[in-house]
Amino acid sequence: MIGLEHYLTVAAALFVIGIFGLFLNRKNVIVLLMSIELMLLAVNVNLVAFSAHLGDLVGQVFTLFVLTVAAAEAAIGLAILVCFFRNRGTIAVEDVNVMKG
Amino acid sequence: MQADLNVILPEIVLAVYAMAALLGAVYTGRDRLAVPLVWATAGLMALLAIWIGMGGAGTRTGFGGMINDDGFARFAKVTILLAAAAVLVLGQDYMARRGILRFEYPLLIALSVVGMMVMVSAGDLMALYMGLELQSLALYVVASMRRDSIKSTEAGLKYFVLGALSSGLLLFGASLTYGFAGTTLFSGILAAADGQAPVGLLIGLVLVISGLAFKVSAVPFHMWTPDVYEGAPTPITAFFATAPKVAALGLFARVVHDAFGGVVGDWQQVLAALSLLSMFLGAVAAIGQTDIKRLMAYSSIAHMGYALMGLASGTAFGVQAMLVYVAIYVAMNVGTFAFILSMERGGQPVTDIRSLNMYSRAEPGRALAMLILLFSLAGVPPLLGFFGKLYVLRAAYEGGLAWLAVAGVIASVIGAFYYLRIVFYMYFGEEGEALETGRSPVQWGFLMASAAVMVFGIVNMFGIETMAQAAAATLVH
Repeated sequence: MIGLEHYLTVAAALFVIGIFGLFLNRKNVIVLLMSIELMLLAVNVNLVAFSAHLGDLVGQVFTLFVLTVAAAEAAIGLAILVCFFRNRGTIAVEDVNVMKG
Repeated sequence: MQADLNVILPEIVLAVYAMAALLGAVYTGRDRLAVPLVWATAGLMALLAIWIGMGGAGTRTGFGGMINDDGFARFAKVTILLAAAAVLVLGQDYMARRGILRFEYPLLIALSVVGMMVMVSAGDLMALYMGLELQSLALYVVASMRRDSIKSTEAGLKYFVLGALSSGLLLFGASLTYGFAGTTLFSGILAAADGQAPVGLLIGLVLVISGLAFKVSAVPFHMWTPDVYEGAPTPITAFFATAPKVAALGLFARVVHDAFGGVVGDWQQVLAALSLLSMFLGAVAAIGQTDIKRLMAYSSIAHMGYALMGLASGTAFGVQAMLVYVAIYVAMNVGTFAFILSMERGGQPVTDIRSLNMYSRAEPGRALAMLILLFSLAGVPPLLGFFGKLYVLRAAYEGGLAWLAVAGVIASVIGAFYYLRIVFYMYFGEEGEALETGRSPVQWGFLMASAAVMVFGIVNMFGIETMAQAAAATLVH
């Protein structure tokens, strides 16, 4: 029987993979966007699992909000990335370094 | 339904205005309408601030407790609206002369202000998240407003990636909080976490606090601040340093008091640690900076540390101290950025602090105003900034955090060094190539007004003490 703990474990694992993707990735900014998406989806798994467990619909409503915002966030992220690429000619993470401090 | 909508009427007005103006400007004048739109947006914000400020007292809730309209929300909203209106008007001349004044700019600012107003009045994790994202998404775009500049787009990209990470952390914490409290309403969480909270709820609390610490740029979540402040166009940096900070601190106070007011001991230590680290890093890291925008970034990190010190005390007086501090901070920053915006040579903006060498000889009036503002930022008595610091130190002391108050005094002495260094350059520096005299009367007016507030505010602080006290009383149970 698959219980709440299993869902929470999967969600926590996905979330941590997302965070590691953000910090360990040195190659491509697109991968950063994917990592962010992974983190938000891990949150959705959490919310839906809790919602089913509690028998309360609020969690699923929250999930729909998160999905919508994640889509808007990805759109804005890609737009900024396109602007950056036009100026810099690269989207490698190690090249996002004009300012340092 | 009608009663629910009445609670968020100011937000609706501003949001509808922003969307209608966006459509109208796209179909008609586009960037030719930018200047009137800046003034219209600033005017509308000022009107809304008056409306909210003059509106009735008392507490109203709407949408089943999701949105609160109480004294705390009104205080924060008035501060946010006035700060945003001031910064819009302040930066208009700068942006127009560099050809980056697009009609989207005032409208994006208006939309982010709607997000901030939702943030400070949130009574539910969903309202919190939606407000925060509305604010953040608009700010990511605004940070990369200068599309043809590497620095500006890089600032936008960094802000976006780290901001999205912080939203993710906050959201994961919110999902755990929902799971272990069984509700997303702050009132329900308050009941579930009364005295003794389950471990899952505490993990959720810590994750939510780290997400919020990103937004107020508290150490160790401050990495984005100097780069974004340096890269974004200066008027936008001025905006970042004022209204979003008020909103994020307001949201911080809401979450820890409205939702987790039953477990003060659990978050108090986290906030005290954030505050301590921010004050010291802000003071020490700014010493080596020569770019005044980066310096202001570290200065804002340090100031957020002091504001969090008030919050960390966990009392109603602490919230009052935080509100007073942040209102004074905004007033000081508006003036300081009015000065920074006027720094230019050959029509190009200059941000190196060494360019201020012997500025006092060319412009004694402006140099004196800036001197007052810098002394006030450093917390030198008897200026208003000193009384702000005194307030939070007293709150920390009375809240049983005497060690934090002592650390705050030490950090403010260290921090005074870099403010005084700018004063040194202005009055005793070597003779160099002089800056041009500023041309914008609006910037001059804000600089002088802000300096005057720092001097004359010490009489009665313009009554914000009692207002902040009433605001704090509605938040802390």
